Amino acid sequence: MTIFHRIFYFYRDGFRRMTVGKQLWLIIFIKLFIMFAILKLFFFPNFLQTNFSTDEERSDYVLEQLINKK
Amino acid sequence: MEQFDLALIDWSRAQFALTAMYHWIFVPLTLGLSFIVAIMMTIYVKTGDELWKKITKFWMTLFGINFAIGVATGIILEFEFGTNWSNYSWFVGDIFGAPLAIEGIMAFFLESTFIAILFFGWGRVKPGFHLLSAWLVAIGSNLSALWILVANAWMQNPVGMQFNPDTARNEMLNFWDVLFSPTAINKFLHTISSGYVLSAVFVVGVSAWFLIKKRNVIFAKRSMVIGAVFGLLSSFYLILTGDESAREVFRTQPMKFAAMEGLYDGETNAPLVVIGLMKQLPDPQNPNLERFAFKLEIPNLLSYMAALNPNAFVPGIRDLVHGNEEHGLMSYYEKIEKGKIAIQALSDYKTALEAKDQATADVNLKLFKANYAYFGYGYYDDPHSLIPHVPLTFYSFHLMVGLGMHFLILFIVILVLIFRKKIEKVRWVLYVALWTIPLAYIASQAGWIVAELGRQPWVVQDLMPTLSAVSNIDKGAVMTTFWIFAITFTVLLIAEIKIMVSQIVSQSKNEGGH
Repeated sequence: MTIFHRIFYFYRDGFRRMTVGKQLWLIIFIKLFIMFAILKLFFFPNFLQTNFSTDEERSDYVLEQLINKK
Repeated sequence: MEQFDLALIDWSRAQFALTAMYHWIFVPLTLGLSFIVAIMMTIYVKTGDELWKKITKFWMTLFGINFAIGVATGIILEFEFGTNWSNYSWFVGDIFGAPLAIEGIMAFFLESTFIAILFFGWGRVKPGFHLLSAWLVAIGSNLSALWILVANAWMQNPVGMQFNPDTARNEMLNFWDVLFSPTAINKFLHTISSGYVLSAVFVVGVSAWFLIKKRNVIFAKRSMVIGAVFGLLSSFYLILTGDESAREVFRTQPMKFAAMEGLYDGETNAPLVVIGLMKQLPDPQNPNLERFAFKLEIPNLLSYMAALNPNAFVPGIRDLVHGNEEHGLMSYYEKIEKGKIAIQALSDYKTALEAKDQATADVNLKLFKANYAYFGYGYYDDPHSLIPHVPLTFYSFHLMVGLGMHFLILFIVILVLIFRKKIEKVRWVLYVALWTIPLAYIASQAGWIVAELGRQPWVVQDLMPTLSAVSNIDKGAVMTTFWIFAITFTVLLIAEIKIMVSQIVSQSKNEGGH
């Protein structure tokens, strides 16, 4: 058996034998779905990446914010 | 000049505080329990005693539950940096990005690889390799914490960088200055040792519940010994690192130090307030008002704690605001003036560059650099806006220290009772140990309140206040996500507690597994 087969069977058997682990994986997947598919997508766009196309524009915007915010 | 939306700033701060505090519920137990599991497994591998195997598996299961529920909760903070704190993210970019990138790579490889071997490896890999995995998971978890704490320490004491006025970014000059700054070292050591103490309290408390229920007594006593010894050693280390951290705060964030002690008027031979009941916030119209309704002090100790010299002068809030010539303290009024000069010079530098007037640009660049150390002060007119919430900082600090002492005494009492074979008979101590578990979490959160609330209004000390760090986004969106987070994290916390309790009860009936 090659090393890759042994690693594959190690993980496969490990996952199969899990008891509490299955419940935890379900929680992890739901959590990651909420974070990345809902929150990141709809509520957390990167402000500077979304609104400006070049680093120069981003620099100018932040400089303007630093100078004019008071 | 643009007017700040204070409600937007407050909601953005509240959202960040909420997510950071929830994230921190899961982290400290991972930091310490990983080492406790590694110690237990080491004893099992050395002795071959099946009970130690059972003990290791049980605590490993609780570690796994906490790890799984808590994993990735910190990613939300990174979302918030990009959306809510975009000015800040850009301003600190290279400095903050490098440690976080290293954290991501190290955490991923060390933790994700070896956690699988730790959990799936029973009887399938050699015991020595299995044990090595346990230690590497512990080391990996703690190294992950190192990088994020280095980034946080830089915000408390920005070193090893230079601000580029053309890009509006701080650029790293020396990575090692950032990594090995005294603030970073102290913050890392104090934070991880607080996680060790919390984990030890958790192990001792859960074991106490077994003894209260008179179930798995030998199992519980052995766990309790490991927890209490680990907790006792960690507590001594926590006191040492806390002491050094306080001196570092005194050197780099004197306003936070003064707020921690509720010290309004500086003095030599300053006493340490052990317990105190503060009155209302300071009244600028009545500066001589007594600030404490009641206080118990130890003479000279604050001066000694701050500078290892009982005769040292410790500046109070009023000394920092109004300055103190005798002790060489520049007033906040003067710092505000210098900050305004820096901001204006940056503006004039930019305008001169656009007009291709290099000579004027050079003059303004020189002026900007000379005053950059006070840049953030320039956003304020009233120096009293630069004072953090004193009562909250004071009480959080004293609560943290008081509870830390309680944990130390508890570990000593537990060990004495175990070695005198009286632990099961003194049931009130078992109940105290059990109810100390939530207190450990309160102490841990209080520590972060001192660190973060005590340095307000700064996001980056002296350079960037929260009001210039926040993005111009819709306040409604921030409020919506605040409540989404509040609900999601509360559900996760309830899930963690339910699954953990069910595992603990199951083990107490001798049905443990993972």
